[in-house]
Amino acid sequence: MKRREFLTLPVESLGGVLVYTLAGEAMRLQAQAESGEIRVPLRFFTAGEARVVQAACERILPKDANGPGATEAGVVIYIDRQLAGPYGSDKYRFTQGPFVESVPEHGYQGKQTPREIYREGVRQLANFVEVPAEQQDQRLRAMETSIFFKMLRQHTIEGMFSDPMHGGNAGLIGWQLIGYPGPLMNYRDEIDKAHGQPWRRKPVSLAQVVGRPVAGWEEEKG
Amino acid sequence: MQQLKPVDVVIAGGGFVGLTLAKEITARTSLSVVVLERGQPRKTADYATGMDELDYSLRFRMMQNLAEETATHRHSPRASAVPIRQYGSFQPGTGVGGAGEHWGAISYRFYPEAFRLAAHLRERFGAARLSEDLAIQDWGISYDDIEPYYWRAEQLIGVGGKAGNLQGKKIAGGNVFEGPRSHEYPNPPHKMSYATTVFEKAAGELGYHPYPVPTATLSRAYTNPDGVSRAACVYCGYCTRYGCMIGAKAQPTNILMPVLAKRKNFTLRTGCSVRRVVHRDGKAEGLTYLDASGAEMHQPASIVIVASWTLNNARLLMLSKLGEQYDPATGKGTVGRNLTHQVSQNTRVFLDKPLNAFMGTGGLGIGISDFDGKEGLDASPGVLRGGNIRLMSTGEGPIASFGMIPPGEAQSDWGSDFKKAALAWHDRVASISTEAEHMAYRQNFLDLDPTYTDKYGDPLMRLTLDWTEHERAQGAMLTKVHAQIAKAMGGRAAPPNSRQLERYTVTQYQSTHVNGGAIMGSSPERSVVNPWLQHWQVPNLWVAGGSAFPQNGSGNPTLTILALTIRAADGLIDRYMKHPGGLA
Repeated sequence: MKRREFLTLPVESLGGVLVYTLAGEAMRLQAQAESGEIRVPLRFFTAGEARVVQAACERILPKDANGPGATEAGVVIYIDRQLAGPYGSDKYRFTQGPFVESVPEHGYQGKQTPREIYREGVRQLANFVEVPAEQQDQRLRAMETSIFFKMLRQHTIEGMFSDPMHGGNAGLIGWQLIGYPGPLMNYRDEIDKAHGQPWRRKPVSLAQVVGRPVAGWEEEKG
Repeated sequence: MQQLKPVDVVIAGGGFVGLTLAKEITARTSLSVVVLERGQPRKTADYATGMDELDYSLRFRMMQNLAEETATHRHSPRASAVPIRQYGSFQPGTGVGGAGEHWGAISYRFYPEAFRLAAHLRERFGAARLSEDLAIQDWGISYDDIEPYYWRAEQLIGVGGKAGNLQGKKIAGGNVFEGPRSHEYPNPPHKMSYATTVFEKAAGELGYHPYPVPTATLSRAYTNPDGVSRAACVYCGYCTRYGCMIGAKAQPTNILMPVLAKRKNFTLRTGCSVRRVVHRDGKAEGLTYLDASGAEMHQPASIVIVASWTLNNARLLMLSKLGEQYDPATGKGTVGRNLTHQVSQNTRVFLDKPLNAFMGTGGLGIGISDFDGKEGLDASPGVLRGGNIRLMSTGEGPIASFGMIPPGEAQSDWGSDFKKAALAWHDRVASISTEAEHMAYRQNFLDLDPTYTDKYGDPLMRLTLDWTEHERAQGAMLTKVHAQIAKAMGGRAAPPNSRQLERYTVTQYQSTHVNGGAIMGSSPERSVVNPWLQHWQVPNLWVAGGSAFPQNGSGNPTLTILALTIRAADGLIDRYMKHPGGLA
């Protein structure tokens, strides 16, 4: 059996409450008790691969004066779960051959699954975590047009802003960042008021809204 | 193959069309009706946990599984086709209710002259000015024929809006360019979002005629003529691509299934994939299908109705060797001709105030039709028909709405500068969009793919489809108005997505308004079904759905599909049952 792989993260690196300083800079607050390390069991990546992907996602949406980035949202955990699930194995994509290169209007026609694309893409990023940010950006810039990078960029945004049941958006940090209140069920009294004014609330997840756990599609077996 | 006990009527497809026919037939006759649906049962309660953008809007959890069945596409008969491997310029549904569960519920009528478009264009422009490639046909019915059925369909689903033409009288605030309505809409328009008020004001100041987009997400609690009560929409924003968790959006599972569930002469079989129409000597004998366990079944019936989604209707006829395949080289054959989509364009507008764009519903919007149908064409020589222009507040998801920034605001689409711009512009982006009529052309058609197959080994449907100069001219005319309105809204407009009309692009969602392939008309030489949607050569076979459209209108097609379906039910029940045989 395959050895179980874990991603070890400092607890304080994930989630938190977002506040803004007087200068308009975003600051993340962590509760005092939240310290130490957590070990997140990986479903698809090796620990080494996860560290590379985490570092690359952090360059796509970095932590900066405008607020937290991909690392704090746990984007790599999101991507790991997507790749381990039906999406990663192309369970819902048409994968019958022959595979023929076609015009761009026909989209990705390749045989490789997202899992295979990531495995190969991460291999091309050897030593990525060891080099400084500037060099990391250069290396990503050089592969910008690849299917791997396009996926990585899209998945980073997905992991940042999807419901936390999918593994990312830890502590609803992504939704705090953009002022998204979560899947609230009713805006009947709000939609025609507050015109031109931001309507913002402390975000809630789907599980909080419906009052029970909800499983994402990635949990589907087989 | 197992032979089942014969029934009176067997229907392929448990979506809006199949279940509407089943409802009408079981209400007004004692005929036994069996509906075969390939997907799974669904109910309103399933949808509360479906308010998830990733699984439903980005991974298409409610839609046809493309791994099992897709279509192929090529731009011309000279090219070879490749499969549409992932979604997609259109999104077919599966399961009870079909795409009627995850539609946006926008419910336009088509214009009166659209039903006699070939005659209308000859009158207006002269036959000599019409391209030889055009394959436009009249529908075989007039607007007056379909008007009572539009009204019945509007009551069935509870459309909200404001009439702009009531029995010939023009009414400000409605769409004054629409055909005459016999009645005001069953329900009033929706509440307005901020973005729609900005658009309405700008369009009005420019002298255009803004109106609320008609929609079947309920603007108030409503009970339809079947006694089905539904709650008012709460603008949760999880609408198009989702099922409605409170039943405010009209869906087959909330307006048709509650009625059908009480009918003793109705049977719904799910997990059943229809494979062929069995026919002999000009008579349909039943449907063969694989049931949920994979067993092969034959359901004999006196009347056979094909009522699945557009492409699946035409494909089932082709696989069943019913009728002659259309050949663009000779113009002969009827099955597969007149494939149309819709001409979609949009322009992003960046505004100075937050929009709260996560609030909304599939049909909440303000439109203008000053360049729609036959209107506003004089300054655009060569344009035969126009399209609507509207601003919709459909409910923006946090993933898809992230990263929309005005051109030039960031060097890259990732990294710190990008993030800064994306956050600065977040929730300040609206989209002015257009759907224009798509003409039918000789070279755009359907046939069976010679290479790729579905999971059972049957050939996939092949689309041969591309845009022409006409669609690009339509797009140019309409996006010029987008820019004008965007400016009047006080916004910064991004360039429109005109590139989408350079070549047909399967990777870019346009709409699920794909039509044709088994079209209706007044002549058996040039259409598959007569104006009652009855097969010309096989009178106990009916083929209903968007497949019947000879060409596409500018409005969203579902209401017209429903109206044609109810009319077909009348033909079947009131005419065919009394005198079985061809109705036209």
